[in-house]
Amino acid sequence: MDTAEQAYDMTNIEKAETVPPRPDPGPEPAVVQFAPEAEPAEQEVAEERAEYDTIGDVTAKDAVMTVRDCNVFYGDNHALQHVNLDVGRNEVVALIGPSGCGKSTFIRCLNRMNDTIETARVTGEIRLHGDDINSRETDVVLLRARVGMVFQKPNPFPKSVYDNVAYGPKLHGLASNRTELDEIVERSLLRAGLWDEVKDRLDDPGTGLSGGQQQRLCIARTIAVDPEVILMDEPCSALDPIATAKIEDLIDELAQNYAIAIVTHSMQQAARVSQRTAYFHLGKLIEVDSTDKVFTNPGHRLTEDYVTGRFG
Amino acid sequence: MAATGPSSTETLERVRAGLAARYRRERRFRLFGAASAILGLLFVLMLFVSIFSNGYSAFWQTQVKLDIYFDPEVIDPGATGEPQVIGKANFDKVVRGALYDLFPDVSGRQERRDLKRLVSAGAGFELREQVLADPALVGQTRTLWLPADDEVDMLVKGYIDRDLPEASRRLKDRQIAWIDALAEKGLVERQFNAAFFTTGDSREPELAGIGGAIKGSFFMLVVTLILSFPLGVAAAVYLEEFAPKNRWVDLIEVNINNLAAVPSIVFGLLGLAVFINFFGLPRSAPVVGGLVLTLMTLPTVIIASRAAIKSVPPSVREAALGVGASAMQTVFHHVIPLAMPGMLTGAIIGMARALGESAPLLMIGMIAFIVEVPETPLDPATALPVQIYLWADSPERAFVERTSAAIIVLLAFLLVMNGLAIWMRKKFERRW
Repeated sequence: MDTAEQAYDMTNIEKAETVPPRPDPGPEPAVVQFAPEAEPAEQEVAEERAEYDTIGDVTAKDAVMTVRDCNVFYGDNHALQHVNLDVGRNEVVALIGPSGCGKSTFIRCLNRMNDTIETARVTGEIRLHGDDINSRETDVVLLRARVGMVFQKPNPFPKSVYDNVAYGPKLHGLASNRTELDEIVERSLLRAGLWDEVKDRLDDPGTGLSGGQQQRLCIARTIAVDPEVILMDEPCSALDPIATAKIEDLIDELAQNYAIAIVTHSMQQAARVSQRTAYFHLGKLIEVDSTDKVFTNPGHRLTEDYVTGRFG
Repeated sequence: MAATGPSSTETLERVRAGLAARYRRERRFRLFGAASAILGLLFVLMLFVSIFSNGYSAFWQTQVKLDIYFDPEVIDPGATGEPQVIGKANFDKVVRGALYDLFPDVSGRQERRDLKRLVSAGAGFELREQVLADPALVGQTRTLWLPADDEVDMLVKGYIDRDLPEASRRLKDRQIAWIDALAEKGLVERQFNAAFFTTGDSREPELAGIGGAIKGSFFMLVVTLILSFPLGVAAAVYLEEFAPKNRWVDLIEVNINNLAAVPSIVFGLLGLAVFINFFGLPRSAPVVGGLVLTLMTLPTVIIASRAAIKSVPPSVREAALGVGASAMQTVFHHVIPLAMPGMLTGAIIGMARALGESAPLLMIGMIAFIVEVPETPLDPATALPVQIYLWADSPERAFVERTSAAIIVLLAFLLVMNGLAIWMRKKFERRW
């Protein structure tokens, strides 16, 4: 194992055996053998490194989060391998790739949601404005207030619309009185483009909204705590095209204030909403570049195969 | 479907040939199912019919209307007005006097004794209570309904066969004649037996009630609920949400499941050894019963609570963690409120089981004959199922109906508790 790797402090891992690990990548298909200089199976780390070199520029102009040599293990399964990637201010990074390629695993590293998976082990250096989020000093509660997350399936709390949005600010003490809280709720719902639809039924249960409204409610809930980064894990996969279009417009708007990393299975969506695109394959980050470049002139054969629909 | 060729026609024919047999099998299976369900219901019906037909009459008690003259000569000859003097007075004589006045021509020791036996031995106590409460009664005459003796009660309710020879029934011919005479004058009446619900046990069936047993059971259930619900929920939350997955936790899980299957009498022995012999808690006390029943219900509560917590979808936890709730906030703000209906249902079902339990209580002395209604959980008491057991053992005919009546009351409590559990499950059930 790489000496630079720092074993992640297990004592910090919070327990919650909720989310099963993402599906295994499975046996490597033949297409993977793109690096002729790499030898299979056991070999020295130094030699191995070559295989993990990512094509394109992993850095961002105004980086909010920087990830260096990030590895995730689910038990013995090396699910994410030596990933370097920045997420910049006011930009949307799309993470694409076939199922089980590690893009969700990666995004869950950024706010330490992998802590909730007992068998998961994260190594490497992930910095938010220079602070190592995996260090002992980092408070995971604070981290998650700074790095919000929107999940694949809309998951509003089974409470009222108002309480859904107000929960985060209340938790972190962002509002000193009811008026302030009302303002935060209204502002968040406005920004999430949901205010007009729900302003008359703030006391109705959030679970009674339509799927697209629920997802926008979840986004409102996330931005109510005013994070710096928003992580979105396939936010539109459970929605119809009209709701998807609304969310995409919303992502565009949010990008003016936040750094956004979005996992998506839809290449059209990645092309529409993102400025940079990262292509993952079997736990490796293959290519990162401006979205235009990745979709029109990819640097790697695997990327090309994927974005042209030859596999995936 | 149009057959396209010879082969498909042939397939169709074959399928059709088997169809009749298939449907027959299905019908037969459905019939068996219905039959077993009906049989089960029939048994329940039999149980209910037999208990109700035996027990409903115990909710009425035969009373005798007597003109009671509170004779100062008998009660308080010195006109002291002292409670001690009144307390010691022979109120039986007062009752007797009223009876002799009704039947002036009865004379002779034996006859008069038989006459006196028509009214319950408890009538004198009742009069004493009244005079102690209101000493001004002395010297006055009041018309009062007093409980009849249990044998009279049985005769009025029709449980004693008048055609039997005198030697083989508990009431003599002349006693029956007196009762009939009283009945003719409208001085014998069946009235609602309110005392049955308020008094403690007694050797006299007409005075025995389930008040003491109900209160004992109530104290026990309170102790059980107070201890087993928080402990059970805390254990379930820890095991589901916080405990690491390792061999020790697996061992604890296996043991909790085993504990749920331990025969209840074993818990009674444990309670005797630990709570009474080691910690020196009082014998026959509901608090010990409650502790023992806590041990018994705890596994049920833990298992039900864990199932309820497990059914809370992980997406809710993720959502809470995602906005920055700590693990504990996630549990207390989201998981427990969502799991609460399931946990309460489990607790109520556990309580219902504890209410019906008698075996462990025998071990800790709650089977004693206790007349006093307990005032605190530390007073000696008995419990409803144990009271039923005690009465079922008594030879008097009148105790048979009281046994069944106590069973009706117990079943009513159990039905209410289980109904509450079902209602709560229906009301708070959520689907995701």
